[in-house]
This record gives sequence, structure tokens and C-alpha cells, in this order.
Amino acid sequence: MTDTTNNAPIAKPDSMLVTIFKSVALLRESPVGIIGGLIVLMFVFLAIFAPIVAPYDPNAPMVPFAFPGSEAPDGGTFWFGTDQLGRDILSRIIWGGQRVLFYATLATVSAYIVGILMGLAAGYFRGYLDEIISFFANVILSFPIMVLYVLIIANLGASGVNIIFAVVFASSPGIMRIVRGVTMDIATRDYIAAAQTRGEGPWYIMLVEILPNARGPLIVDFCLRMGYTTITIGALGFLGLGLPPPDPDWGGMITQTRSFVTGGFPYMAIFPACAVSLLVLGFNLLADGLREVSLRD
Amino acid sequence: MLQLILRRIGMMILIMLVVALLLFMINEGDPRLIARSVLGPYAQADQLQLWIEQNGYDRSMFIRYFEWLGRVMTGDLGHSIIYKRPVADIFWDRLGNTGILAGVTFVIMVIVALVLGVLAGMKEGSPQDRAISVLSIATTSVPEYASAVILAGIFVFWLGWLPGTSSMTSGFNIVELILPVMVLTLYGFGYIARMTRASMAEVMTTPYIRTAVLKGLPYRHIIMKHALRNALIAPFTVIMLQINWLLSGVVVTEFAFGYKGFGALLLEAALRRDIFVIEACGIAAVFVAVFTQTIGDLGYTYLNPRIRFK
Repeated sequence: MTDTTNNAPIAKPDSMLVTIFKSVALLRESPVGIIGGLIVLMFVFLAIFAPIVAPYDPNAPMVPFAFPGSEAPDGGTFWFGTDQLGRDILSRIIWGGQRVLFYATLATVSAYIVGILMGLAAGYFRGYLDEIISFFANVILSFPIMVLYVLIIANLGASGVNIIFAVVFASSPGIMRIVRGVTMDIATRDYIAAAQTRGEGPWYIMLVEILPNARGPLIVDFCLRMGYTTITIGALGFLGLGLPPPDPDWGGMITQTRSFVTGGFPYMAIFPACAVSLLVLGFNLLADGLREVSLRD
Repeated sequence: MLQLILRRIGMMILIMLVVALLLFMINEGDPRLIARSVLGPYAQADQLQLWIEQNGYDRSMFIRYFEWLGRVMTGDLGHSIIYKRPVADIFWDRLGNTGILAGVTFVIMVIVALVLGVLAGMKEGSPQDRAISVLSIATTSVPEYASAVILAGIFVFWLGWLPGTSSMTSGFNIVELILPVMVLTLYGFGYIARMTRASMAEVMTTPYIRTAVLKGLPYRHIIMKHALRNALIAPFTVIMLQINWLLSGVVVTEFAFGYKGFGALLLEAALRRDIFVIEACGIAAVFVAVFTQTIGDLGYTYLNPRIRFK
């Protein structure tokens, strides 16, 4: 006698990438999210194709103090004008966007790796490990975040690697808290008990059973954090603690040209200010759309 | 309740002690670095050694930590290297200036955020709600350094209404406070407004509000007397936590407008390694942050009777 149910093909679970893609694809139901996604995609596109899209070399001095729309010596147009050293502002914004997106992504992903590992461990093992991790998370989170950045960067020196380190140090505790909460909830489910009975190791259970099911809040938070990190990198550049010159980054561009804002050339600082705001707006709208969609089902 | 208060205060003190230890380790862990920053870059190795011995820096770090802690508690914040004066002389002034800036911002920000949040949450999904929600996302996307230059372009350059710096060189001038307050409010109010909106929208769907509506009470009366009371509990914690963010924003905003507050002092000290000033500012910042978080937690517990009487 055959049991027919055993012959039915078992649905193969989707891979992690496919599940993430599926939750992002739901976004089509949220117009706000689509707008945010398009803004972010536009900046990603500009960043990838910066060498082709940018009209001029971002560091080449040409005509200083040229107003937006004025004609360049080679017959082209300085759409956003030039800065006090005669560098094309549009090209600097495009190249600066590449730098900002590169460091923001790298820093946020690194913070996520650290935060997820700590959160899984704290939420799954509990006990003393959890107490210790949570206490240090509380200590770090009790700093006003900009004060922490200033202290870290001023001690280590301003460089790309140190900025990534500072972002990981300052934002992984927040990620850890979210992951810990979700892990503690998921750890009580039957399929975790089933995996434990099968004799799976703790890290297998955390990474294969728990993590994929915690993706909902994490994807939303990731978008928000990309926005924060973009703001942070800009703020550090603005305070003179950011990525080293002469290559452009938006915060640095604002701080180098802001004394000309009241002197008749406000566009020099306002264009990069708008660029950073637009990118952050993109991330925030995207996060909002994703949240709305994930609450719906 | 009393037990909870004591536990929270104990936790607060513990966190402060650990934070102070971290600050101390970063700044005074290596005696040669302190000697170097006090004596300047041209001091000889034997001069540095002499200074370390004379000032007792050759002893264990933990003994020095507790001594330092004792001095800070009694108000002796050390001597500033840049200003060549006791840190306390500069520090309290600067902290007071920041208190004015942050206090004014906080009051305006909370009022704007609560009013907009309640207006949006009253009628969830209405055009009024949509408009306020989009506005609050948009303003939270403009960081302080961006809005500082954009607003300076508008109000200082094009309209010529406001001064571009807020250094208060000729005494306190309220006009110089307008731009920094605008910048901080613009970035900060959105989050509180969104939380208030969510809380208000939730309350509006509860049976007791429906009962009030069906009883035929005036709409205004329902909102003011019935809904607000419960809708404002959740935003309270958010508002207290926002003070932490406000302190972050203060560092950037003070730098942007040349305002002589403690954020600008911290930045200057950090860049020029004025260790005793860094320590004083760091501890003050963390104290305010931890204190407001504790108040936020306790206040939430107190306001919510379901937790209070458990």
C-alpha cells in the first residue's frame, strides 16, 4: 500500500536571494515606495556610469565662479556652475555620489553583518552572553551619535576605513537590538524545535532557519540606515572629518563652498545639499513603501 | 514602581561609569600622549618623562581613573590646553548657550510635531493626513548641514532678512537664534509627528471613541477630551529620546552657524586634542542622553496605567 502524500513533490524553499527579491517586488503596490526606489536607482545609475555621464573631470580647474548654465571654454555648458576653484559642480556631484554610495553601502553592510551576528547570538543563546552584549549595546547607544563619531574619527584620523569602522561601531548595536527581538520571537516557533530535534547546530539554526524569517523588519531598517549613513558621511565631510580631498564628497563640497553662500554664489553649496537630501529622501520613501507593503500581508 | 525607579537609576549610574571609563581610556590611557598634547610637539623625551612623573601619570590607570572621577564630581574639570584656562571657566558658559538653543528648539519642535501629528492621525488616509505625512518624511530627509546652507541661501542671501552667523559677538541676539532653531526643528519634528500620527490613528479606531461619536458628542470635544489623553502616551517616550538626536544635530548646527555652544567646543577640542575639554563635553553629552532616556522610560511607565498597576 502506498501513501500518496509521500509521492507529492516537496516544494523546494526559495533561496535567500529569491525571497528578498520577492519582498522587494511587492513594492509595486506602493507608489511612494516606487518613487523612492526610482530616486535611489537614479543615483546608483549615475554612480556606476559616472565616467560616462559626468561632463568634466571633477578635479580639473576650469573657469572659477561660473554661474549655473554658463558656457564652458570647450563649448559645453556648466549646468550647475563651477566652484571657487573652477571645478564643474555637476561632475563633482556625480563623482561625489559614487563615493558616498560606495562608502555608505560598505559601511551599512558591515554594520549589518556585525549587528546580525551579535543579535542572533544574544537572542538565541540568551543568558550571560545576552546580558553582556545588551549592556554594551546600551552603553554605545547612550552616546549622542554625532558625539560618538566626532570622538572616534578625531582619535583615529579621517579616512574611508575609519569612517566604516565608526559607522559599524555606532550603528551595529541598534541593528543587534532589532535582530535580538525578532530572534527571541522566532526561537519559540515549532520549526526551530524541529530543527533542534533533528540535531542541527546552533549557528545553522540561526543563519538558515531564523535569519531568513527575520528579513521583513530588517529590509525596512536597512533602507532607513542607508539614509542615515549617507547623512553621517556627509556630516563628517561637513565637519572636516570626512573622506580626504581633493576627490569630491557632498559634505566636503558644502563645507568648502558655504562661505560663498552669502557672498553671491549660494548655488555652489546648495546643489550638493539638494543632492544629499534627494538621495536620503529616496531611501526614506523606499523604506516607508516597504513598511507599508509588509504591514499589508 | 519605586523598585523600578531605583533599578533604572542604578542602571543609569552604571552606564555613566562605564562611559566615563571609556572616555578616560581613550583620552588618558597613554600618559605619553597626554604629556605630548600638554607640552606641545617640540618637547623632548626627558621633558615628557619629567612631566609624567611630576603629575603622577606614571601610576596605574585605574587609580588615576578614580582620582579623575572624584575631581570631575567635585566640579574640577581640569585645564584646557587650547584656552590655557580651567575647563570649567569655558565649559559652563558653552553648555548654557547650547541649553538655550536646544531648549528653544525643543519647545517649538514638540509643539509643531504634536499639532501636525494629531491633525494627520485624526483622519487617517485623508488628503490632510497624506500631505502631513509626506511633509514629515521630506523634512526628515534634509540633514542639518544641507538645510543650513539652503536656508542661509534663502533668508540671508536672497531675502536679506537674517544674519548668516550666530556667533553672538555683540551680546545675546535673538535674531541670530532663528536660523539654527529652524534648521534643528526642520530635521527633528518629522519623526515625532509620525509617531504621534500613528498613535492618534490607533486611538481613533478604538471602541470608546466610536462610542463617543455615536453618543453624538461634538467632534472637537472627542478629540480634546477623549482621544488626546491616550494618544499622547506613546509619543512621550519618542520625544524624550529625541533629545539625544537633538544633541547630535547641535554639533553640526553650531559648527554651521559659528554658534558658541558645547557642540562646537567638543568639535574644536577633538580636532586639536584638548583632552580635558573632550572629556567634559563627552560626559555632559552622555549624561543628558542617559538622563532623558531614563526619564522617558519611567514617564512612559507612569503614564500607562496598565504597566503602572501590574
